[in-house]
Amino acid sequence: MSATTKTRTAAEGRTPSTPAQASTAARLLGDRRLPVLVTAALFLAMYIGGLSRYQNYGFGEPQVFLNLFIDNGYLLVAAVGATFVIMSGGIDLSVGSLIGFTTMFTAWLVERQGLPLMLVIPLALGVGAFGGFLMGYVIHNFEIQPFIVTLAGLFLFRGLCLVISKESISIGDSTVSSMAQTRVSLGLGELSIGAIVALVVLAAAFYILHYTRFGRRVYAIGGNEQSALLMGLPLGGTKIAVYTVSGFCSALAGLLFMLYIQSGDPLHAVGMELDAIAAVVIGGTLLTGGSGYVLGTLFGVLVLGLIKSIIQFEGTLSSWWTKIATGVLLCAFILIQRAMTARRKT
Amino acid sequence: MSTPAVTTPSRWRALTRHHLFWPVAVLIALLLVNVPFTPDFFAIRMTDGHLYGSLVSIVLFGSPLILVAVGMTLVIATGGIDLSVGAVVAITGALTCSYISDQADQNALAGVFLAMGIGLVAAVVCGLWNGFLVARMGIQPIIATLIIMVAGRGVAQLITDGQIITINSEPYKLIGGGYWLTLPFSIFVVAAVVAVTVALTRRTALGLLVESVGGNAEASRLVGIRSRRIKIMVYMFCALCAGIAGLMISSNTSAADGNNAGLWIELDAILAVVIGGTSLLGGRFSIGGTVIGALVIQTLTTTIYTIGVPTQTNLVFKAVVVIVVCLLQSPKFRAKVFGAKGRARTTAPAEPTTPADAAPKMEVSR
Amino acid sequence: MAEPRPVLEMTGIVKEFPGVRALSGVDFRLFPGEIHALMGENGAGKSTLIKVLTGVYSLDGGTITLDGKSVQFGSPLQAQHAGISTVYQEVNLCPNLSVAENIFIGREPTRAGRIQWKRMRKEAAEMVDRLGLDIDVTAPLSSYPLAVQQLVAIVRSVGHGDSDGEGSGTKVLVLDEPTSSLDRDEVLELFRLMRRLRDEGVAILFVSHFLDQIYEICDRMTVLRNGTLVGEHMVADLDQVGLIELMIGKALDQLEELHEHQLRSDVGETLVKAEGLGRTGGIAPFDLEIKKGEVLGLAGLLGSGRTELARLLFGADQPDSGKVTVAGKQVSMSAPNDAIGAGVAFCSENRKTEGLVPDLTVRENIILALQAARGWTRPIPASQRDELVAKYIKALDIRPANPEARVGQLSGGNQQKVLLARWLITQPKLLILDEPTRGIDIGAKAEIQKLVVSLSEDGMSVLYIAAELEEVLRLSHTIGVLRDRRLVAQLTNGPEITTSRILETIASGEHQ
Repeated sequence: MSATTKTRTAAEGRTPSTPAQASTAARLLGDRRLPVLVTAALFLAMYIGGLSRYQNYGFGEPQVFLNLFIDNGYLLVAAVGATFVIMSGGIDLSVGSLIGFTTMFTAWLVERQGLPLMLVIPLALGVGAFGGFLMGYVIHNFEIQPFIVTLAGLFLFRGLCLVISKESISIGDSTVSSMAQTRVSLGLGELSIGAIVALVVLAAAFYILHYTRFGRRVYAIGGNEQSALLMGLPLGGTKIAVYTVSGFCSALAGLLFMLYIQSGDPLHAVGMELDAIAAVVIGGTLLTGGSGYVLGTLFGVLVLGLIKSIIQFEGTLSSWWTKIATGVLLCAFILIQRAMTARRKT
Repeated sequence: MSTPAVTTPSRWRALTRHHLFWPVAVLIALLLVNVPFTPDFFAIRMTDGHLYGSLVSIVLFGSPLILVAVGMTLVIATGGIDLSVGAVVAITGALTCSYISDQADQNALAGVFLAMGIGLVAAVVCGLWNGFLVARMGIQPIIATLIIMVAGRGVAQLITDGQIITINSEPYKLIGGGYWLTLPFSIFVVAAVVAVTVALTRRTALGLLVESVGGNAEASRLVGIRSRRIKIMVYMFCALCAGIAGLMISSNTSAADGNNAGLWIELDAILAVVIGGTSLLGGRFSIGGTVIGALVIQTLTTTIYTIGVPTQTNLVFKAVVVIVVCLLQSPKFRAKVFGAKGRARTTAPAEPTTPADAAPKMEVSR
Repeated sequence: MAEPRPVLEMTGIVKEFPGVRALSGVDFRLFPGEIHALMGENGAGKSTLIKVLTGVYSLDGGTITLDGKSVQFGSPLQAQHAGISTVYQEVNLCPNLSVAENIFIGREPTRAGRIQWKRMRKEAAEMVDRLGLDIDVTAPLSSYPLAVQQLVAIVRSVGHGDSDGEGSGTKVLVLDEPTSSLDRDEVLELFRLMRRLRDEGVAILFVSHFLDQIYEICDRMTVLRNGTLVGEHMVADLDQVGLIELMIGKALDQLEELHEHQLRSDVGETLVKAEGLGRTGGIAPFDLEIKKGEVLGLAGLLGSGRTELARLLFGADQPDSGKVTVAGKQVSMSAPNDAIGAGVAFCSENRKTEGLVPDLTVRENIILALQAARGWTRPIPASQRDELVAKYIKALDIRPANPEARVGQLSGGNQQKVLLARWLITQPKLLILDEPTRGIDIGAKAEIQKLVVSLSEDGMSVLYIAAELEEVLRLSHTIGVLRDRRLVAQLTNGPEITTSRILETIASGEHQ
């Protein structure tokens, strides 16, 4: 068509959302990247605040920053798994108990059964992925709410922990302890194996979500399940795969957690699914699915980790402030999300 | 049920179709499982003027769960869910115990009542907040109540300063650990709450309006039901029930543990509601079913204990129960497993609506 | 312009649902390079025919021939691969993804499993460009208004065959009510795209409730009524009156006669008055007066704004403009509560989704409105409640006469009576009935119409909406005529008012 027609149609077609007409605030609210930016800015502000306040206590050391990754690597992996599920519009409550189960399972196999760690690792990952697959299968094929199915998963894996042993099993295996102590120097500071694995998982997740058809299907299903079906996308396979990914990530997080703590305990990671979900939401992913970035999840985890560090540095503040701060942040981000979706509907 | 002049098979059918049939059957089966292991399972004996026995302890230990589940039933009936009840249990216990522990005379009735009042008011405020987020802000219930679920435990620990506050108050001890008329006092509390709930929902029109809102939200709006108010009210009521459960738990142990009191009780409560036959999608609810559902869960725990299975498998059993109950409630599962003919009766009313509904829907002018 | 061989031919199509024969032996053909309108009122079978064609429903009888080959589709995807693409009224895309992704999702260009974003965006931009649209393909779909989303959906469906080997190019494009929520400029833009595709040889099946649009864009039309074919005509050969007659049907139904016009002539003073009441995307601002004891019938085709008008009067939708007074007092109409408080009652045309609570019993459904008005703290005493329910079950002859029966299990006619009972119990001043006789048997139909007459005699005002003109004509003192979302005329019923007079008014869209 001629240029004149095109310009005219453009003006017509877009009238309701022409940038010139929308207010700056509304435009800002409409941007999907906003929540991630807010979280990143929040992290930066908190970090700078920490710097100015605890400068003399060594907060400025690069290692303090890197420790965020070392201390929260397992949470990052779990949260990445949860991001897949939440992005697809589902929820996974079994994360924490699957982590706990993995620590128990590996500790038991390594310590009590004497299996080599290199054999146990793929076994544990396989069990986690299979658990996720089963939950996804039930959710999709029997149309039971993910909330209930993964709740059963929560009970099941925590129960299996206790079936293995009621007592905590500490790990004395030399491979484990040497792996746990390995540090990779980055010049300014060092990272643990767990932190590096977590960052690799993050990168892989980013690639999968943005550069594979599967990743885009996850977004599409979270955006509008019915439409995705009508567009001919394989709904069931994608949903099941999403829970499988989450199960795999939880198991991997469990391995990292075991490395970090060097023990298996039936009460490890109780309630960590809440931390993971909170990190995802604070990272700007819509709990209803379809919108968000896995990088946001990184910032969500970092913010949660930084809260813990600051509380440690503060000394006088008690650990429960972490929970309260998490809750407050959660509330703030849910309200931001609400404002965004409300705007979009009109 | 109320048709006496029918033949036996159809009466049997009417019985099996009653909404309480399966929950009760499961409960009875679970109870009977105990008998071979503990022959005097149903025996109740009198010691020091108190009744003891497995049945009594099932009700006693199940009391907090029944309370929470009863409140949860109403929330679920409106199509919602409340994840924050566990945190509310902890907050209430923490506030009440910390207030009592500050008193010079922990046995003074006035102080205890005031403490309980403070705790319950805090609980109701939590419920109000949940209701506000759900009904006013239009946030999904599961997300809205997640906030207090996360932050609430922190608040409870803040109140107790991270310690386990132990108290020594006779009157307070009565609620969760005392005896009255030979029975544990908590049974009376539960009975009272259940009675009040039933009266509140069935003697007034609240139950009808709740079921209407949960059953068809748009129709309810068009018929003029003020569903926001109703929703806020049920979230407040649910939190109040959780608060009473919080009093009971802290009273039973004479201590407030911000970290562990009421841990995962929300999940048990939701499970009890589902076992009791109330659909998670909202609509019809049954308080009686919920009570039985809660008793099933408690009996399961007791049974595992008595039949000598290691107690740690409790959770695995619970997981199996959740899955079995949910699968049985899933129409798709029933269709796949039992085939169309076996369950034709239950699926038939639902079937014709699908295509017939779909057709005119496309034509609705908007 | 019609080529000798149709691209699509459907012969003797039969589709049955439990208890209903939605299509009985319908023939339909579509030629390449034409825009073909499918016309019919509610329940005529338009949607069913489209769903059979696009593989949503399976066939119960008849054959479908596409390009000379006999076909049968098990799913929309199969139909799509065969070259039949559908765009529905509700845009079935993912608003959270970019325009380019929405066009490509499921068949993104990849290399070694990696999505080639640049190539995808470039190709999407080319496709959009080729169809003469100016859309930024990198922007999220949700940043565009519905109209543009609609266009993107069309781009997706016609582009389907171009970029992958599976498809064979779009031969048939089905547009199911794409224009119902678009404004005039947006419709023009859509038409431009449709003409362009037509000129490229695509056969377009177009469904719209707007007569003007049909006459503006379509070449040929097929009219259905009650699941049967009533005619296939070139648009140029059939005028609007003729079309409406075909759609609504002239044959008087077997309803028992309501003798003469027993309508009272002495309707009372003004009860409800709407001034400039309107809602964008719903209905243009209108003035309306309803007198005490008057039956005001609304005539107009499906989608002409009948329901929208009723919903505004009830506060079910919030008006953008205008005000409503009931018995002299202004009512805010921000929610149904306000209208109910003022004595207005509304029976929706969608009994199942907007009327009944299917899980509750007949009794509970009947007392719901009254109970809602009383609030939860003041339950209706059991004896009074049972008496009321029994009275209305008897008066309306609801079957089974069991107040404990689940309302979801009742037949359509009885469900409608339950809804009526629900509102009659509240003794409203104005009763709005939106298609109360749709989808129910003849007997129940007659009973409901009689009821309306007797209610009006008792002084209740009724706003009555029905698809059948005879029905409206028989019952109403005044007839409001709607066309294309506008109240175009208000006719006082009398000997000179006939169905053809109303038809003419609808067709011309003008007073007199």
